[in-house]
Amino acid sequence: MALDETDLRNPTDKFETAKWLAMVAGSLIIWTLLYSQLIPFAEWVVSLLPVERKSHLGEAIQFFVYDTPKVLLLLTLVVFAMGVVRSFFSPEKTRAMLAGRAEGVGNVAAAGLGILTPFCSCSAVPLFIGFVSAGVPLGVTFSFLIAAPMVNEVALGLLFALVGWKVALTYLAFGLAVAIVGGFVIGRLKLEGWLEPWVREIRAGAIELPDEQITIIDRIKAGIEAVRDIVGRVWMWIIAGIAMGALIHGYVPADLMARIMGADAWWSVPAAVLLGIPMYTNAAGVIPIVEALLGKGAALGTTLAFMMSVIALSLPEMIILRKVLSVKLIAVFVGVVGTGILAVGFLFNALFH
Amino acid sequence: MKDIKVLGPGCKRCDTTVDMVKAEAARLAIDVKIEKVTDYAEIAKYGIASTPGIVVDGKVVHAGGLPKAEAIGPWLKG
Repeated sequence: MALDETDLRNPTDKFETAKWLAMVAGSLIIWTLLYSQLIPFAEWVVSLLPVERKSHLGEAIQFFVYDTPKVLLLLTLVVFAMGVVRSFFSPEKTRAMLAGRAEGVGNVAAAGLGILTPFCSCSAVPLFIGFVSAGVPLGVTFSFLIAAPMVNEVALGLLFALVGWKVALTYLAFGLAVAIVGGFVIGRLKLEGWLEPWVREIRAGAIELPDEQITIIDRIKAGIEAVRDIVGRVWMWIIAGIAMGALIHGYVPADLMARIMGADAWWSVPAAVLLGIPMYTNAAGVIPIVEALLGKGAALGTTLAFMMSVIALSLPEMIILRKVLSVKLIAVFVGVVGTGILAVGFLFNALFH
Repeated sequence: MKDIKVLGPGCKRCDTTVDMVKAEAARLAIDVKIEKVTDYAEIAKYGIASTPGIVVDGKVVHAGGLPKAEAIGPWLKG
C-alpha cells in the first residue's frame, strides 16, 4: 500500500523538487548580488557618519560594517552546502565504516569522516559510547572526536573567505594531521582501562537502523535547518569577534602585534595555546580576530595555534567528556592534542618566515 | 498502547522530538506512553551513536536529529 501511495504522488513530487531547486538557484543569485555590493555598502555607511574615514575610528567602523555582512553571507552559504552534504552521512553509518578498522587506516578514515559526519557537541557522549561499545578502537574514536569540532565547515569557510585559500588548505591539512596522529598516539598508549568503569561494561553493539527515504527536498531542508541552527547560534559570537577584530584593526599599532605574536618570539606559540584553552568561542567568533591579528603582523603559526586551541581544547567539552573519561585520560587527550598544535605552530612559523 | 522512548541527554532537540511524537499521536488518536531516557548508560544500551533516538515498543526506529514529521505516523501505526 505504501508503494502505491508513493507512485501516485510521483508527478507532484517531481514538480515539488523542481520548485525547491529553483528556490535554491534564486537564493544563490540574490546572494551573489548582495555579496558584490559589500564594499560600496560599507563605504556608504561610513560616509554617512560624522567620522573621518582615515581616522582610527573610521578604520574600525569600516572594518566592522564591511566584515559583518560579509562573514554572515559566507557563513550562510558554507553552512547550507555542508548541511546538504552531511545529509548523506550519519554517525551510525560512520561507525559501521570504522568498526573493527585497524589503527592507522582507521585514524585517517575517522579524521576524514569527522569533517563530513553531522555532529553536535551535545551528542558527543552518546557518540563516544556508541563508537567504543561497537568496537571502534579508542584511538580511532579520538581521531574522530578531535577532527569533528576542529576541522569544520565554519572554520574552513571563514578562513578561506577572510584570510585566503592557502591558509584554509593548510589549516585543513594540519588539522587532519593533528587528529590522525593524536588519535594514533592515544591508541598506542592502550588506555582503555582509563575509561569510566560503566562505559567499559556496555557491550551493546551497533543496531541496524531502518532506512529512511531521503529525497532531494529533504536534503535542501537539511541545509536550511543547518543554517537556522548554526547561524542562529553563532551570529552573536561573530559580531563580538568582528567588533574585537575591528578594535585591533583600528587601534592596535602594527609593530606591537609583530613583537608579541611575531615569529621571533618563540614563547608566543605555547602562550597562544594556553590562552586558547579557557576561551570558549567557536570558529565563527575567533576567525575575525585571527584576520585582524594577521593583518597586524602576528605570525601565521602562532595565530593558527591560538585558533586550534580555542576550538579543539575547550573546557566545556572536557566537562562533558568527563562523564565517560577519567581525569587521567582527559589529561592525556589535552597533552597529546596540545603538543600537536604546538608542533603546527612552530612548523608554520618556520615555514612562512 | 504504544510504548515510546525518546533517547537523549536533554538537549532542545530531544524535547522537540517528544513534542512532535505527542502531537502526531494525538492527531492519529493513538494511545501512547512516552518516556524520556536521559541517562547515558541507558541510552547506550540501545546501540545508537547520535541523539535524539526514538524507540517504539523496544525497537529503535530513528537516531540523530529531528525525525521527519511524516515519518512519525507510520512508526506509531506499525
